[in-house]
Amino acid sequence: MLPPARAGGGYARRYGLFSVPAAVVVLAVIVLPWAFTLAMSLADWSPTGGTSWVGLANYRHLFTDPEFGWAVLRTFYFTAIGVIAPLVLGLIAALCFNQRFPLRGAARTVFILPMMATPVAIALVWSMMFHPQLGVLNYLLTSIGLPPAAWTYSETTVIPTLAMIETWQWTPLVMLILLGGLAALPGDPYEAARIDGANAWNCFRHITLPLLWPHIVVAAVLRTIDALKSFDIIYVITQGGPGTASETMNIYLYQQAFAYYHLGFASAVTLVFFVVIVAVTLVMLGLRQRSLAL
Amino acid sequence: MNRHRLRKLAGQAGVIFAVLVLLSPTVFFFFWMASLSLKNEVDNMAFPPVFIPHLPTLANYAKVLAENEFGRDTLNSIIVTFSATALALAIGVPAGYGVAKAKATGSATLILLARVTPALSFLIPLYLIFQKLGLLGTLVPLVVTHLVLTVPIVVWIMIGFFEGLPPDLEEAALVDGATIWQAFLRVAMPLARPGITVATILAFIGSWNNFVFGIVLAGRTTRTLPVAVYNSMTFEQVSWGPLAASALVVTAPVLILTLVMQKQIVAGLTAGGVKGG
Repeated sequence: MLPPARAGGGYARRYGLFSVPAAVVVLAVIVLPWAFTLAMSLADWSPTGGTSWVGLANYRHLFTDPEFGWAVLRTFYFTAIGVIAPLVLGLIAALCFNQRFPLRGAARTVFILPMMATPVAIALVWSMMFHPQLGVLNYLLTSIGLPPAAWTYSETTVIPTLAMIETWQWTPLVMLILLGGLAALPGDPYEAARIDGANAWNCFRHITLPLLWPHIVVAAVLRTIDALKSFDIIYVITQGGPGTASETMNIYLYQQAFAYYHLGFASAVTLVFFVVIVAVTLVMLGLRQRSLAL
Repeated sequence: MNRHRLRKLAGQAGVIFAVLVLLSPTVFFFFWMASLSLKNEVDNMAFPPVFIPHLPTLANYAKVLAENEFGRDTLNSIIVTFSATALALAIGVPAGYGVAKAKATGSATLILLARVTPALSFLIPLYLIFQKLGLLGTLVPLVVTHLVLTVPIVVWIMIGFFEGLPPDLEEAALVDGATIWQAFLRVAMPLARPGITVATILAFIGSWNNFVFGIVLAGRTTRTLPVAVYNSMTFEQVSWGPLAASALVVTAPVLILTLVMQKQIVAGLTAGGVKGG
């Protein structure tokens, strides 16, 4: 007779069959390409055919290429704005949408439209709005007495401008995650605080924020991953320009792979890029552990 | 007492004001998108800009729809998105069930890994493989690569849904002699229909909006709508009206879906933190 634990294990194994097709797909389109990329990163590949093994030369080239270093810095700059601004605005939005007010459902639907809409379509309209002479944004700025901005047309403003679109697009996702967190908060601490005469700010600072913290960390981690990988908006509006002023890691990778067809080198870029994303994610998850311990 | 009520009213006014401020960029953006698409070229190039078109015109839409390639691009988008969504459901719903039942959290990590990985990193090897197989001029590479996107979305959402279902009914079915496949098909699946709806919508939107796979793998005859819009932006005379109209046409299905199914979409996004784009 089988001991109960073994029988349970058998069940688990039988349920494993449900995942076989998905496992095959994951293997074919995710794991296999990864192995392939690893191998490619050690090779030199040219479109005319012929692959030669070059060992770690691609990596050596990568770490001595100042353009890649700049791309990493730009990516972090873009990501810093594209994480902090949506978190702050998303928190404010979540606190608002957690209150009752007329037409709340409709307002929330409109609020999430930027993250649902097709990125290419959005990017196209933004680029028309940024036009230095005919764009509506500079008209709005000058009509309230501000100087016109160069938006994506200047090396100094292009990253903040793109990060602004990123913020507009993804604040809704942060809002939804935090709204879910707020809905799950217990009511008792607030009752007790009110009896003790705490004001709204103290309630927020000492009850809401600590209880919501795990959700904030989740939102921050997801936002960081997505901001590091941001591609569509940047590529459609600037393609990394002016010059290379908005060439983030992902754009650099794309150019190397599919503009110059340096596929071996680009494979090395991919792996380094992936390591950077995983490292940043792990650091942030480490912060979460620490904050929970506090 | 009166002061208390007054303060409450002021608080509500503050919330409504904050919401209006938060919504204003989005409202203005979509208003401007529609405005550009409904104005003739003279109004679009006017400065100061024309906000409400003097003579709203549908000529820009007519121009977009009359374009030779628009029908084919739309058909490509429909084929790719529907295939990628249907295949992801066929593969992902059972997988979500299997993972939820076997409590195999390791496979959930694998799905998360798919989110961490930049889409471009799948593209280099897949591009070479499809080139070797001679499939680059067909829609097959697009459908396959879109699975990278849609399968994790479906599996991720279905794990959450199946974990939330009470196991009693399936156990009763198993005791009555049903196989686990029957228990899944006849008991768990119908109960999880709301979850399947959410997964379908989000997979559909993710695939429909996707740009990066198309820009690399699609040729002139196999391009999807986002790629077509991007091409018309770079290769043709910049004329804002038709561009704005085509942007609105491409994203309209997604916007309409969001407006109609907002409850399911919000539920799915909140649960999984999955992003549509």
